[in-house]
Parts: sequence; structure tokens; C-alpha cells
Amino acid sequence: MSTLFPPRHILRGIFLIPFFFLFFSFLFSLYAQQNQGSKVTCYGDAIVVGSIGEPITLIPILAADSASQEIVGLVFNGLVKYDKDINLVGDLAEGWKISDDGLEITFYLRKGVKWQDGVLFTAKDVLFTYQKLIDPATKTPYSGDFKKIEDFKIIDDYTVKITYSEPFAPALASWGMPIMPAHLLKREEDFKKFSRQPIGTGPYRFVRWETGSQIILEAYDDYWEGRPYIDRYSYRIIPDQSTLFLELRNRGLDYIGLTPLQYQRQTNNDFFKQNFRKYKYPSFGYTYIGWNLNNPKFKDKRVRQAMNYAIDKEEIIKGVLLGLGKVCTGPFVHNSWAYNPEVKPPRYNPQKAEELLAAAGWNRKNKAGFLVKDGQQFEFTLLTNQGNEARRKCAEIIQQRLKEVGIKVNIKIVEWGCLLDIIDKRRFDAVLLGWGLSRDPDCYDIFHSSKTRPKEFNFVSYKNEKVDKLLEQGRRVFSRERRKKIYHEIHRLIYNDQPYTFLYVPDALPIIDARFRGIEPSINGIGYNFIKWWVAKEEQRYKLQE
Amino acid sequence: MFSYFLKRLLNLIPLLLGITIISFAVIHLAPGRPAYLKEMDPRISLEAQEQLIKLYDLDKPLFKQYLNWLKRVLRLDFGNSFVDGRKVIVRIRERLPVTLLINILSMVLIIVVALPIGVISALKPGGLFDKWTTFFVFLGFSLPGFWLALLLMLLLGIKLNWLPISGLKSFDYHQLSFWGKNLDIIKHLILPVSVTAFGGLAGFSRYVRGNMIGVLKQNYIRAAYAQGINKGRIVYKYALKNALLPLITILGLSIPGLIGGSVIFESIFAIPGMGRLLYNSAVARDYPMIMGGLVIGAVLTLLGNLLADLCYAWADPRIKCK
Amino acid sequence: MNKLTLFGISIIAVLILLAIFAPLISPYNPQAIDVDNILSPPSRTHILGTDSLGRDLFSRMVYGARVSLEVGLVAVGVSLIIGVLFGSLAGYWGGRVDSLIMRFVDIMLCFPTFFLLITMVAFLKATVFNIMLIIGLTSWMGLARLVRAEVLSIKERDFVRYAKAMGAGNFKIISRHILPHTLPPVLVAAILGMGGAILTESALSFLGLGVQPPTPSWGNILMEGKAVIDIGWWLTLFPGLAILLAVLGYNLLGEGLRR
Repeated sequence: MSTLFPPRHILRGIFLIPFFFLFFSFLFSLYAQQNQGSKVTCYGDAIVVGSIGEPITLIPILAADSASQEIVGLVFNGLVKYDKDINLVGDLAEGWKISDDGLEITFYLRKGVKWQDGVLFTAKDVLFTYQKLIDPATKTPYSGDFKKIEDFKIIDDYTVKITYSEPFAPALASWGMPIMPAHLLKREEDFKKFSRQPIGTGPYRFVRWETGSQIILEAYDDYWEGRPYIDRYSYRIIPDQSTLFLELRNRGLDYIGLTPLQYQRQTNNDFFKQNFRKYKYPSFGYTYIGWNLNNPKFKDKRVRQAMNYAIDKEEIIKGVLLGLGKVCTGPFVHNSWAYNPEVKPPRYNPQKAEELLAAAGWNRKNKAGFLVKDGQQFEFTLLTNQGNEARRKCAEIIQQRLKEVGIKVNIKIVEWGCLLDIIDKRRFDAVLLGWGLSRDPDCYDIFHSSKTRPKEFNFVSYKNEKVDKLLEQGRRVFSRERRKKIYHEIHRLIYNDQPYTFLYVPDALPIIDARFRGIEPSINGIGYNFIKWWVAKEEQRYKLQE
Repeated sequence: MFSYFLKRLLNLIPLLLGITIISFAVIHLAPGRPAYLKEMDPRISLEAQEQLIKLYDLDKPLFKQYLNWLKRVLRLDFGNSFVDGRKVIVRIRERLPVTLLINILSMVLIIVVALPIGVISALKPGGLFDKWTTFFVFLGFSLPGFWLALLLMLLLGIKLNWLPISGLKSFDYHQLSFWGKNLDIIKHLILPVSVTAFGGLAGFSRYVRGNMIGVLKQNYIRAAYAQGINKGRIVYKYALKNALLPLITILGLSIPGLIGGSVIFESIFAIPGMGRLLYNSAVARDYPMIMGGLVIGAVLTLLGNLLADLCYAWADPRIKCK
Repeated sequence: MNKLTLFGISIIAVLILLAIFAPLISPYNPQAIDVDNILSPPSRTHILGTDSLGRDLFSRMVYGARVSLEVGLVAVGVSLIIGVLFGSLAGYWGGRVDSLIMRFVDIMLCFPTFFLLITMVAFLKATVFNIMLIIGLTSWMGLARLVRAEVLSIKERDFVRYAKAMGAGNFKIISRHILPHTLPPVLVAAILGMGGAILTESALSFLGLGVQPPTPSWGNILMEGKAVIDIGWWLTLFPGLAILLAVLGYNLLGEGLRR
């Protein structure tokens, strides 16, 4: 509003008074309308979501990329899901019971849920999904959690009892895995069709997939939670970030994720303020530099700690995220209960970094201004993947800052497949990457010392016996309070060891056409209540019949 | 003629074999491993990853993989994509029509626009028209295509809002009438087709101009002038016909581009074509998909060249079949 | 010499001057990041504005001229070496050698160019020099064909026969008597190739496979500019124009030499 009254308009203001009246009455009518509208939710309209990536497969247990998971999430349900406060609640399971020793989970399934072809959902479907998950012929990447199951028993049509070989805390969350219909997937060939024409229990029915352009879903009338308000969901694939944004600007899209630049600069005009709503919340993921701990330079904890002082995270957040993110201090994000608020990031302090480096033997500089030890210049290659603007910029800023303390950084940007290969073979000094996290804090696969074989995820070869023990414990204990203590300690220990230099937790920055209502941001984002979003009748843009 | 054709056809076989061996070796030896996900996911277990490798045959020695591949290809089975497990052929079939449509349209546009430009500027080399078109032609040669695409998109799509900027169909496409549907697709095609055509426009008009000037100097044209034959007739009937002969070769040579599509334009305009498919497959190290794309492309290219040569031989009596 | 050729030469001359005197001309360090000054439009302090990390665009463009010039020279150098070698071998010896080499050329031409480029990028590290090398390695086929055709026609000429009769070695005949005569068309092709190499570099950078940061090249400035095209027009306009002019310069020069 402030831009309406800049001082230089004061003189002309007199002539504008009638217009102000008109304007305010207009505003008021809008306000009234909105108020009136918010009372009566309406069905109808469509939402057009824009995405860079195209789903790979819609078979839930194979869907590993975010685009596939997005669609699968609308067409299918798991037994459990996370609510807006990131608590596990029942989805297809009405409730569950965990035995005292933590070895048995009994799920009580919801009755009367129908697959989108009309057949009733029962325990057989859960068993079927489990069997497919552990079948060696299935190309699923997610078999790991389910291989810990010793016994799977169907008690009756709506009760299953699952026994684990050892207590496994993330087990409950793993049953967020979408359940597939047993009756539709009897033969191997059925999967082929199903991957492009899925049928689930979810709020949206699959309609059509136009390869490379869009996927269309339609509200499922008999959805057990009630029919979603928005009739149609279109997932448009636009592989170029700038085109995606321009298409939003042309109002051809209703919902995309913004880049920080787009959020801070490109959407700050009246056009966007009038037609769109922006949201901002911390994402569940962080960006880090992983140091190859087998490299003699980075084996020394002091060197890694020096890096933590020499890299100005605030500057990176300002330069790369334009302030839209938080400094990361460890393997958990601020919204997680595992996050230890007592771990405080140090301020940018190049002197301290130089002291630490000197203590580690890097105390002389050569003519070029780089640190030298045993006749060797402090030089390393920072590896990251192609196609990620933020990581590229981040690398450039780090390169500049480390140069100031006398470290020469060579940036190497390679395609993803190459990067994985280099990491598998451990032929890297340092990698700049990000982790997307699940809601459960278990990070055994990333930091446990047993997970250092090629293709496993502790590729920096981190080893700390205390952390190992705690990670094992954290998986065995179910009580949130006890786990919290364990993970807070893990957070502290890992931060102290600095196997990674933790950089930032970026904000998720969705933008949505202003006509959509019912959006309630929470720490779990905005998508959790998508089926409750709606558009007032007079604002509906797409009238659909087919 | 027939035996010549047969011989040429047989010659293609070692060539094709060479292409498959080289490309198989190159893409398998290139650093990097199949990766259909763009980020790491700690939930994916090592066992699962190794299982994938076994399922895909990647643990076998390279020549064995190649022989297996070759065996399957001889039965016209290009295998399944690593990425989504669907048949390579099916994925190509989905993408090819759009790419062909755009490229053929732009080819037509090139010919329709460049031919008159070339001919008219050849009539008076150094004249005003020639000078201007020469300048524009050089501008066309020098423009980065994607830059032009961005500028046009910004101008016609955003500022003036005349044309849609991405995709091939509007959201309400399925509700449009028959003519509405066609109009919708045409509108979506204008930008990509003209941008694709632009690069070729310059080269082709230049080519026509050069040939035309050459032909107009030939004795038989001079003779025709001397006989007092009407100028228009000379130019359009005798000269143009001969100047256009090399066009056949050009068309033959442009086949790889025709089916290969363009990654950059397809990404900018969000068009689901071959360029993006092959690029993504290469980046994901989706070996069967890349091999399928390359082999099919190579076969079509070689056949195209052969066909062009044959047409040439047929149309130009000066060329004798060896 | 006509006006257009002169225009071409003067563009190239400016390009060379910019490249040589880059450190003197550019007012800022092209890699100096200034996060407080992100995306400021052209002004007196930054005459062409700043980029999305607050770096001075003019300075980056000036240094980018270096990359563009080098790309042209190195890439064309590489493709000249390979093209002339293969072309003259094929043309001079004929027979088996000829058909083997030309089949290889055919095979190379069957691959879509970008495919060759990205597999090569995967093999080699994406340093500035390697990118140039790669562009050269994937663009020699036309030159080879051209040289072969020239050699074929020249080797039948009397002075070559005379040299042969005098007992000159094959190497001497090729290098002393044949190649100099192929020079004019090859030179024209080479100069046109330099323009082409600049375009290829910009396309590669546009895909994120080109010259690696923080080295500025016109292509990767343009790639960055694309993301902010609606608010940072200067990041799209200026590097695009620079590429256009440089390539135009080479093309006009090449065309002038042809005549």
C-alpha cells in the first residue's frame, strides 16, 4: 500500500480523491466478497501445476523421483501419513498398535475404502504391496526398510500384524509407502500398463498422460475423506526454469516453485501481488560440502573446522538464496524435533580459520598467496552437479572466500551420472551437494561407518564410534523423548567433527494463483490439505467437460 | 541402376556395424553411471542398487553386452529404457511425430522463403536487393538461435501476448472444435517452427544464390538468351531447375537434424521431442535408449543419403552410375 | 575490399584488442562477487549492470571476449589439423585409405552433434581449453571433405606430376606442392569455422556444459541471464549482441576473402 502515497503525489492528490473513494469501495467489495466466499466452499475449476521434471513411473513402489511421487501421492494412499504438525497419523490405517518390545506393529485398516475401479480395499492389498517390495525381481529402490520384516500376517480383512527381526523405529513411517491394488496387478504385464495408467485409493483419478507435456488427474467422487473440491489437476512439464516462470506470468500455470531470485525480485510487482500468493517455509533438506576424509588434507579435524570459519554462510544465504534460508548446523533441519538448538553456528571468522590452519601445519604462504605445507600448495577441487544454479553460485562464493585465507579451490561441475561415478570411486576432494530428508531423523545410511561401500551414502568415510552407537540406538528406540535426546547428541557430535561443512537450509517458495482458497501453511508445507483447496464459483477459470 | 543400388545398400552394412560398435563403446566407456534420479536418496539401499545393475546386465563384460544388444537389435528389439522400463521403440514413437512435424514445417518454410530470396538476389548480384538480403543472411548466420528464441518469446509471447510460449496445446484443447484445435496447434507451432527455420534460412538462400549465379553463367543459358527466349522462362525453367539439383543432397544431409530435434529449442518451448529425449537419455546414461536413438537416426540418415544420391543420379544425366 | 568486409575486419580487430587489453579495460575484477549489488541495471558505476552475484557485467564481457577469441582459434586449429591431415591423406592416396577415412567421416556425421559434444564433455574435464578441444574434435569433418576434394583436383595437375617425376617424397609433395594450393578455400572455411565455434560454445554453455565458472564466457553469461530475463534484460541483451557481432565479423571477413 505504501507505494500509493509517495510524497510527490501529494499535490496531485486532490484530484485523485474521487478515485480513492472508488478504489476503496472496490477494495471493500473485494474484501466482502472474499469473506462471503470463504463461508461456502465450492466444487469446480482446475489447477495447473508446472514442473521441470516429468514423472518416470506411476507404480508407487518404483516412484523415486519427486515428480513421480507428486502424482503418486494424489492417486494413492499409504497406511500412514504426516499431518500438518509432522506427526504420523492414520491414512488407510485407522490406527495401529506397537508391541512393547517394538517388534510387532498391528495395523487396523479403514473399512469401506474403495479403489477407483470400485473394488474394496482390504488387507490383501497391503500384503501384496509388501510382497512386491521384497520381491527380488522388482526394481524398487525401497526394499531396504521392508527386508527387516520377519513375518507378515493377515489377521482378518482389515487387520495385519507385521513382525520385525529387530526393533526399528523408522518402520512405522515406512508404511507411508503407497498401497497398490492386488486385484489389478496379477500378472507381470499388468505393471507395464499400470505404470502409465494407475488406479489407486487416493483423492484423484488418473485420466491421461501426454508424454513430455502433461498429466491430467480428476477428482475421485468416492474418495473416503470426501471428494476434493478442485475438479481437475493438470501437471504440466516445462523443462526450462525461465519458460516455467514466464508461463506462470502469462497465467498459463497456477502453481510452481519459485527460485529465490524469482521470489525476491521477479514477483515483487503489482501484477504478481494481485494475481498470486507466495508462500515461504523451510524445506526438509540442506546443502553441504562433504569432505573426503580419506584425503590427508581433510583428515585433520582442524582443517575442517577452519573451513567452517572461513566460509561465510550468511553471505551465501544472502547471495544465493537472497536471504531465503537459514544457516544449517547439522544433519537435521530446524523444523525437526531432532534439531539441537544448542548447536550454534560460529560467525564468519577468517582469522580464526587461519589460526586453525596454521595449527594444522599450513602456516606459510607462497608467492601466489596460497598456503603451503611440505612444499605443497593447499589446493582442492570442489565438485558439484550440472543444472543446479544455487550450487554453482555457492561454489563460486566459497571459491572466493577460501582464496582469502590462502586456499585454492577449483570448481568442477559435471553431469549427475558422472558425479555419482566419481563419488563411487572416491575420486573427489570435496563435494557440494544437498540432502532431501524424510521426516524421520534417522540418518544411519549417511553417517554410520558401516555405510562406506561404493554406492552407499557415507561417501565421505565418516567414522565416529560414539555416533555409530547413537545411530544404532536411535533406530531401536520408539519413544520420541528418548530419541530426541539421542539425536540431539548426534547433532552435537557430528557438528563438532565437521565431516561436512553444513551450509544452509533453503526455504521452499511456492507461488499459487490467488483464486485458490483454503491454503493453510504449516511447518509441513502447504500440500498436506490440497484436497481442501477450492475456488469460488465466480472466480473459476476452467469449465471442464470431456 | 538396380545393381548399383544393391551395392550401395550392401555397403551400408559395415558402416552401420561400425557406427554401433563406436557408439556402444563410447557411451559405455564414458565416465558416469546410469542415474535416473537427479538427487541422492538415502532410502535407496546398496542391495537394491546392485540388484538393478544385475537386472540390466551391466555386470557382464562389455563385448558380451554388445553382442547381446546386437542379437536383440537384429530381431528389431531395441530393449527397454533403464529409466522407466518401457520399450525404446515406444518411447521414440511417442516423440518422433512432433519433431518431424516441426522440422518438416520449418524446412518447408525455409524453402518457400529462401528460394525466392536466393533467385532474386542472383539475378542482379551486387544490386540493392542482393546487398540487403546478403546483410540479413549474414545476420541470420550469426544469430545464436536460442537467443533469438528467447527474444521472440519475450516479445510475441509476453509483451504483446499474441502467441502461447510453451507446449503444443492449450489447456482447453480437448474442448475445442475441430478448427479450433487446429488453430490452437498452429498458434503453438509458430514460434518453434520459425526459430528452427531461421538458422537454415540464411544458409539455404545463400546456397540457391550461389548456384543460380553459377548456372546463369553457363553457355546453355547464354545460348538461350541469344535465341531470344523470354527471360522469365530462362530463369525459372532452365536455370532454376539446374540450380536446384544440389538441393536434393542438402535435403538428404539434413535428415539427422530432422529426426534429432534440438535440445535447446525443445527445452525453451517445452516441446516433447526427440532432442530432449536423447539428451536426457545421454545424461542419465540410459544405454539402450541412447543406442536405439542413435541407430535409428543413423539408419535413416544413411538411407536418406543413399536416396538422395539415387535421386541425383536419376535427375542429373551427367552423373554416371559407377 | 567492400564495406561489409571492412566492417567484419573492424569487429574482429575490436575483439582482439578487448581480449589483449582485458585487464586494462575492465573497471572491475570480473570474478569479484558483491552480494549487496545483485542485478543492478546499467548505471554510471556499472555501465552494463551487474549479474545475479553482483559482478560487473562489462568486465565479464571484456574477459568473455578472450574466451570467445580463444575458442575460435583453438577449436578451428584442432579441426584444421585433423581435417587437413585426414583430407590430404584420403585425397592423395585414394583407394583403401580414402574409403576408410571417408567412411569414418560418414560415421562421425551420422551422430547428432550435441551427442558427440556431451559424451566428449563427459570424457574430458570441462576446462576452457578442453571445451575448445572438444568443439574442434567434433567439427573437422567438413574440412576433411573440403581438403580431400581440393587435393583430388590438385594432385592431377602438371606441377605435381613434375615433382613426382623429379623423385620428391610423398610428404614433401603434399606439404610443399599440394597443401599451399588448398590454402585459400581452407582459410575461408577456417574463418567461418571460428564464428561457428563461438556459437557452439554459447550453445554448450547454455546447456550448462560449457566453460566452467567462474571464468566468464558470453555463453554462460547468457545462460545465467535467461533465468532473470524479465527483470535483468541487460544480461540477455548484451552478451547476445556480442556473440552476434563477433560471429558476424568472422562471417563477413570469410565472405570477403572468398571473393
